[in-house]
Amino acid sequence: MSEPSGSNAMTGFSDARINADLLRSVFRTGKWWYVTVAVSGSVMLAAGAAFLYQAYTGIGIAGINRPVYWGFYITNFVFWIGISHAGTLISAILRVTGAQWRRPITRCAEAITVFALMIGALFPIIHLGRPWLFYWLMPYPNERGLWPNFRSPLAWDFFAINTYLTGSSIYLFLPLIPDLAMLRAKSTGVKRKIYSILSLGWRGTPRQWHRLERAVQIMAIIIIPVAVSVHTIVSWDFAMAIQPMWHSTIFGPYFVVGAIFSGIAALIVAMAILRKVFHLEAYLKPVHFNNLGLLLLTMSLLWFYFTFSEYLTGYYGNDPAEMRVFWSKVNGPYSPLFWAMIFCCFIIPVPILAFKKLRTITGTLVASIGIVIGMWLERFLIIVPTLAAPRLPYNWGHYSPRLVEILITVGTVAYFIFLYAVFTKLFPIVAVWEYKEGIRPGEESLTVRESEATAGVTAD
Amino acid sequence: MTDTKTASTPQWGMVIDLDLCTGCEACVVACHAENNIRIAGDEQAARGRSVNWIRVERYFEGEFPDVRVRFMPVLCQHCNEAPCEPVCPVFATYHTDEGLNAQVYNRCIGTRYCANNCPYSVRFFNFNDPVWPQPLQNAWNPEVSVRSKGIMEKCTFCIQRIRKAEIAADEENRPVREGDVVPACVQSCPTRAMSFGDMADPSSQVSRLARSERANRLMDDLGTKPKVVYLKGLREG
Repeated sequence: MSEPSGSNAMTGFSDARINADLLRSVFRTGKWWYVTVAVSGSVMLAAGAAFLYQAYTGIGIAGINRPVYWGFYITNFVFWIGISHAGTLISAILRVTGAQWRRPITRCAEAITVFALMIGALFPIIHLGRPWLFYWLMPYPNERGLWPNFRSPLAWDFFAINTYLTGSSIYLFLPLIPDLAMLRAKSTGVKRKIYSILSLGWRGTPRQWHRLERAVQIMAIIIIPVAVSVHTIVSWDFAMAIQPMWHSTIFGPYFVVGAIFSGIAALIVAMAILRKVFHLEAYLKPVHFNNLGLLLLTMSLLWFYFTFSEYLTGYYGNDPAEMRVFWSKVNGPYSPLFWAMIFCCFIIPVPILAFKKLRTITGTLVASIGIVIGMWLERFLIIVPTLAAPRLPYNWGHYSPRLVEILITVGTVAYFIFLYAVFTKLFPIVAVWEYKEGIRPGEESLTVRESEATAGVTAD
Repeated sequence: MTDTKTASTPQWGMVIDLDLCTGCEACVVACHAENNIRIAGDEQAARGRSVNWIRVERYFEGEFPDVRVRFMPVLCQHCNEAPCEPVCPVFATYHTDEGLNAQVYNRCIGTRYCANNCPYSVRFFNFNDPVWPQPLQNAWNPEVSVRSKGIMEKCTFCIQRIRKAEIAADEENRPVREGDVVPACVQSCPTRAMSFGDMADPSSQVSRLARSERANRLMDDLGTKPKVVYLKGLREG
């Protein structure tokens, strides 16, 4: 391997120091970890209770109505699936292109993917009128004598999300194996047993390394088209419908761009928090925020380009049904949200991210928080105004969320924090071996890694 | 869903003469009584949960005091290219060989996608379990199921009446005749603005009316091929 091009992104620490720094979160539990888990866990349980209550009384307790049959739940669905694009696109693309600076951020990105997908996949179930029958979307021999309707974009969703969840879980797990072996060596008792099972007999032999690296490479390549197709299919939930401002040919790429955009923003927010709470200042460095900030800037410009094209062609088309929705967003009841979206996704982040002076950790964090909020608004603004203004004016309506929808929305954010907190407790959030490989590439590191992985095993 | 479509399979359709509609809403009431349609109540209705398989839309023309009101009864158009059908992931809504856009309540899991893709806004979701103020519960039609919460419902063209007529015709070993099937809305229209019958039979009343110069279909530029035909309102006032 050649000298890493982004070596300024790495530290010159010793192995022992790196192990101590990166495994600290696993072996030492602070007071704040318990507070985080307790608070987020409670909110999560409250949301779970709210869902059960909704299933019991009927979805009538939510704010959705005729004609706005989809509201917060589907907004959250699209939003979380979008966030899930952080992991794959950052980690897979950077791995495939061999970008060295990726090393400390891949795992934290891949974890976002899996957790955001787990949450996103809940919403199509939460929003059902009869959620206990969600498994009817599965193709299995059943007493109804029916397959799912393969023409329906919702059936495509089912397959796309399951493929993506399976793929990204494998993609998260594969690079974990060497670290799991290291944890096995360093832990005792039940923990040791669990890590031992999870590490799948990893010894760190050159053959195993060779296979692992190949497997990660293959998964990285596979997961990119899967990720792109998933958000395209999510966009087709709308684009395949004939409703005004939904039936658009650019929705596929528009949604994919929006997904990567919000995904990178979520990754920056997560990195900024991890850096602070786990004292990873020496690992997640300004250069990472700078590079991701540049990527975010590109996505912001791309997102604006798509939004502009979409609205301008709609405006020139001047179809009365489309224009009703158009004006309700640009200069109507939804205009405060619309302009907030433009501010959060474009006007605020672009100057911050464009100037090197502002593209600091704080700068990118501020831009990213704005983008995450703005992209949630974008999803809401795609779904609700269209439904609120159907073609026959007699049926125009409006939507405002109710307590249960707000609680479940907040609850899934808590669920995400909860999953992330538990993950950092069980696994190093920076890939230890991948990081070390970056500072000492080549054969020498292989032997180091092998001795580390087998250290505990021989003592058995 | 056996493939029994033959030349004699009727294609049910409706014609509504907008010149004759007075907006009395007798069709709405008849539909409620016939099809066990729930009563939403003030609070739920204000929240957009009222269910009316047929509704009379009012449109105003002109400025006060020279105002004219136009009425348009709107029900499920039983489109031949129904946008609601392909989007349902569980085949709860599908097309019968008699051209009906059918809704199978037991299959519905409540994604509400069909309603979102209906340009006519004629699909209604049961947000809650149904309640009827007493003694209206005693007036249920035993031939129509009561729909639980969490599922979609809409106009069926009074499928229970269609089936009844078909069974009667079958017993007498004859095809269904013109006038055998009369949906509740058609039956109750005091001005006979609505008519119902077999569009596949060129001699039926609906076929003849559908060939009128005044005939048009609601938003048929969307390619939905509706089977409800409106006769344009030409009369002044």
